[in-house]
Amino acid sequence: MDCVETRMSDPIIVAEDVHKWFGNFHVLRGVHLTVSRGEVLVICGPSGSGKSTFIRIINRLEEHQRGRIAVDGIELTNDLRNIEAIRREIGMVFQQFNLFPHLTVFENITLAPIWARKVKRSDAEKQALELLERVGIPEQAQKYPGQLSGGQQQRVAIARALAMQPKIMLFDEPTSALDPEMIKEVLDVMGELAASGMTMIVITHEMGFAREVADRIAFFDEGRIVEAAAPVDFFTAPEHERTKLFLSQILHH
Amino acid sequence: MPAPQTVIPLWRDVRVLRILAQVIFVITLVLVANWFYTNLSRNLGRTGIHVGFDFLHLTAGFRISEGISFESTDSYGYAFWVGIVNTLRVIGIGILLATILGLVAGVARLSTNWLVCKMASVYIETIRNTPLVVQLFFWYTATFLKLPNVHDSLELPGPIYLSQRGLALPVPHLTEHFSSWSYFLVAGLVLACAVYVGRRRYLQRVQRPGFPSAWALITFLGTSALGWFLLPRSPIAWEVPVLSRFNFEGGLQFTPEFAALLTGLVVYTGAFIAEIVRGGILAVSKGQKEAARALALNNLQVLRLVIFPQALRVIIPPITSQYLNLAKNSSLAVAVGYPDLFSVANTIINQSGRAIEMILFIMGSYLIMSLITSAFSNWYNRRIRLVEH
Repeated sequence: MDCVETRMSDPIIVAEDVHKWFGNFHVLRGVHLTVSRGEVLVICGPSGSGKSTFIRIINRLEEHQRGRIAVDGIELTNDLRNIEAIRREIGMVFQQFNLFPHLTVFENITLAPIWARKVKRSDAEKQALELLERVGIPEQAQKYPGQLSGGQQQRVAIARALAMQPKIMLFDEPTSALDPEMIKEVLDVMGELAASGMTMIVITHEMGFAREVADRIAFFDEGRIVEAAAPVDFFTAPEHERTKLFLSQILHH
Repeated sequence: MPAPQTVIPLWRDVRVLRILAQVIFVITLVLVANWFYTNLSRNLGRTGIHVGFDFLHLTAGFRISEGISFESTDSYGYAFWVGIVNTLRVIGIGILLATILGLVAGVARLSTNWLVCKMASVYIETIRNTPLVVQLFFWYTATFLKLPNVHDSLELPGPIYLSQRGLALPVPHLTEHFSSWSYFLVAGLVLACAVYVGRRRYLQRVQRPGFPSAWALITFLGTSALGWFLLPRSPIAWEVPVLSRFNFEGGLQFTPEFAALLTGLVVYTGAFIAEIVRGGILAVSKGQKEAARALALNNLQVLRLVIFPQALRVIIPPITSQYLNLAKNSSLAVAVGYPDLFSVANTIINQSGRAIEMILFIMGSYLIMSLITSAFSNWYNRRIRLVEH
């Protein structure tokens, strides 16, 4: 079942029939997905539906066992060179931020450009300052992650991912670990990023964000994409019963 | 309106109680110390023992076969010093080797390679769960003393000779050409410094990470090697141990006692350090590794830049207590007859009867060594601690 149509002509991520097992547990049961360049895709669905596993497979933090994935024309195989090339194209933001606690904010952002992209130190530092301006916390550069609030840490994490100048950004529930008053500052940064034309896949339950920013919303259930549609259609006329049930659960409380 | 002044009875005032607790503790301490002291001096007076340190100048009258040269005409004090040097020798080499072994075994136990992982597990579990003194007897009586007779020594490349008399290694000594070679060494050192500074400046100018010290080292080695080949004869010669009638002569020799003690301590402590290293690496959250991978850092960079600096913070404190254990366990030298400070002190006690003084000396020596070790590691730990607030 290929329930995702390609609306824009230029696909950057292609996933065909992706399967994944954890032991005997069949997490992903044939995911088909095409993401176009510049598209913002929001993924939602109940916990355990495989949405997180799916985006972790895209940059090989998990291995898929069947199916095919290609990112910007590079096949995701067991070839280390392909894996590293794909990782260089993709930035990832985690639920728990995962900043390096032994490095300052500044060093967190410049580490990968200097070592993985072999950028000059001064260039990496100039870029880090620009990125910190962009996410709105240039004054925190010399602090350590442990000294920042959750919202600030997540914005640093976004800046750190952007420092590799990725073509695609993956967000794995970026606001789920945040206090309510800090969610907005992170969503604002993500909205600004989307407006700049970045290709984004965002797992989130912030439906306000999905409605405003997403080009398309995909609903995951039991290891498959049940439904994918533009936000207007998704919220006003969901096709599947499972989607309706999920929406009624998260929208009315 | 000011708050009503209530008078707190003294026995309920926590400020008073706090001070009172301290005062009671100090008084108790003084009383106990006093009891110990009077008890000791009364008993010593009754048995007619006088505590004093004059006996240290007396002639020892026994021989010590190991370490810096010692004749039976030397004093007790000097004998104890020989013991201290022997202990430090075992501790120093032991800590170094145990750390290397522990690192390797700890990382090996985390390996995804089944055989490597299982071998490390078997080593760690066997060694950690048997008493050290049994292992020392094993190394001494079942391994080193079971080596062939000195006349049928095992010859390893080097030549290194292994026999029941211990280990004999070639030792380098300087020839008359060394003085001309030393000019090359000095020149190499100067060049290396120049290269280091130049390379560092260059790296700073082009803003790249790199290893200027490696460049300096290569320069120094290159210059030294050049000098070596240019000289008519090599500036350093190897003094090879030669078998005489009863034993090897020349070269560097380790007794089986030293070898057994060192092996025992290194193998034993290494197993504990391995578990500490493994724990330290596992203590770094999985998210750290994933974040570093997602940033396209390669495996080695992930380990060196992200995992290891964080693991180190967890590893240092328990590894220090393993170093301290190794230092204190070295007193089991007495079990294999290696003349460490404890074993020498025992002999002195037997001959001079000065038990109280020598026990004080022994405890003092271990205390000083341990305090120095922990002071150093506390300092290091403070230096690398995480900033949280």
